[in-house]
Amino acid sequence: MQTYILRRLALAVPTVIGVTILIFVAMRLLPGDPLEQIFGENTGIYVLSEAELEAARKSLGLDKPLVIQYLTWMGDVLRGDMGSSFWTDQPISATILRRGPLTMQIGIAAVLISWIVGLPIGILAAAWRNSPLDYVARFFITLFMAIPSFWLGMTFILVTVIFFSWKPPITVVNIWDDPYRNFQIMIGPSIALGVGLGAFIARMARTQFLEVFREDYVRTARAKGLDERVVMWRHVVRNALLPVITLSGLQFAFLLGGSVAVERAFSVPGLGTALVGGIEERDWMIIQNLVLLYAVVFVFINLIVDLAYGVIDPRIRYQ
Amino acid sequence: MAQLGEARPSRALALLDNAKQFGRSSLLGACAAVFLVFILAIATLAPWIAPEDPLKANYGALLETPSLEFPMGTDGLGRDTLSRVIAGTRLSLIVSITAVVISKVIGFSWGITSGYLGGRFDLLSQRLLDVLISFPSVILALLLLVALGAGVNTVIIAIAATGIAGTTRIIRSVSLLVRESEYVLAAKMIGASPLRIMVRHVAPQCVAPLLVVASASLGGAIFTEAALSYLGLGVPPPDPSWGNMLGGILVASFKPPWWLVVFPGSAITLTILAFNLFGDALRDHLDPRLRGRLE
Repeated sequence: MQTYILRRLALAVPTVIGVTILIFVAMRLLPGDPLEQIFGENTGIYVLSEAELEAARKSLGLDKPLVIQYLTWMGDVLRGDMGSSFWTDQPISATILRRGPLTMQIGIAAVLISWIVGLPIGILAAAWRNSPLDYVARFFITLFMAIPSFWLGMTFILVTVIFFSWKPPITVVNIWDDPYRNFQIMIGPSIALGVGLGAFIARMARTQFLEVFREDYVRTARAKGLDERVVMWRHVVRNALLPVITLSGLQFAFLLGGSVAVERAFSVPGLGTALVGGIEERDWMIIQNLVLLYAVVFVFINLIVDLAYGVIDPRIRYQ
Repeated sequence: MAQLGEARPSRALALLDNAKQFGRSSLLGACAAVFLVFILAIATLAPWIAPEDPLKANYGALLETPSLEFPMGTDGLGRDTLSRVIAGTRLSLIVSITAVVISKVIGFSWGITSGYLGGRFDLLSQRLLDVLISFPSVILALLLLVALGAGVNTVIIAIAATGIAGTTRIIRSVSLLVRESEYVLAAKMIGASPLRIMVRHVAPQCVAPLLVVASASLGGAIFTEAALSYLGLGVPPPDPSWGNMLGGILVASFKPPWWLVVFPGSAITLTILAFNLFGDALRDHLDPRLRGRLE
């Protein structure tokens, strides 16, 4: 088990380094440098003189060679200093700490909802295969797999505004400050994201349970007279849930990307909104560091899923 | 030459037979295919069938609810929503289909080469793919859009980039299996070059999985395009795509124009639905063994 963990960790390190290089190169692909994009004569929003540009470049270290710039960035990030916003001068780490919890809350709630909705539907559909219940379940699974989460969110808002004249509050409210208002902010986005994920969970659960029901060891367990509940819990559920758990982990990619648009739909002031705002304002420090954060979180979650899988299924770690 | 002449019609017939069999085995998949043909027809004929110019503002008819004159209502500039949904079909499909074709061509050749050659090239490719796969696709597309600037072409590149890693992985796994087969060994023994083996022996085996992956990722490409354009970072206005038509509608409106949300969104959903159903049916039809690997 230890070697398995070490091997997985060792693989994650070059990946993260590659991620940082890709982000850095992408940010420098802009013609000229970021400052020229913002303040240059033709492209800029505000125009600065050459001398002012030079001074600004120097203060940000943009006059140094690219390798040095990259290493400085990495050094800063490792020390927890992510620079600050161009326009507001607010430290980016502060933005992350303020807005991150909301995005994380929405992500976790979405996964929970996907399990609460998806698992029972998938299992029931498998148990009563080819019954009307199964057909209805499959219809909704297929439909909700196709609905874009942010559009589902927009229709929620439409319905609540038209029929209840209610809109969720648009401020950062942490759960430890005011749980009720926090709940109002995050419930909509969580459902919009969770229902779509739940459809995938339900489909996976359905096929898995159908397959495990057919396995020889289930027949053997029944044949030797085990109680149906024991067969279910010890043999069927345990084996059928493994791929469902993996799927849940893989869905984080979708979740992290999808939440950006969903946050926008609900005007939730989370990290996704900060990222989109940064792109609109060409605030490249924000873009660079938030994209890095999204990628690192994603790598980290994948790592945890892999490790968890190794714990649950011994076959994996001996490969 | 005579042989070639004979081969052609029979090949077309075989394709037709195949299509018939596909229709018989999966009614749902066939319906989806018919719907997709319908959508493609709309996309192709968009400039001729749209009742109005999708870009023409009409200040006499701002935010009209759906009526006989405007079946899907009008937007804040008085532009006809039906015409914009039709024009959006064209743009959204062009972007997604081109992006998928680009990513699949790259993933196909990369996967075959990486799997067949193995060794250092494969190892390096794997690490590179690890990096690409470490970004949630919307985030990767956002990063590339920042780097390349906004525009239809850059949106296509950004969406294409998000599909490369997954395709390469799957094609590589097929290529690895084929490499060990006896006919590849036989080809090696008679002195065929690696390039020839890859093109003549490995590639044909990878076509079926490629088609399955491609049809499965079309829905995803439509979603990514819609999400990016919705965020205002994809297809730039005033040209309508389904995604950018949804952008900014609900922000400041006292009485939200539901028709501006419902119609473009339904277009996105139905198209993704059709691509998903068609993709599933195609997968079952071409290779049921792929079922587990793609989910």
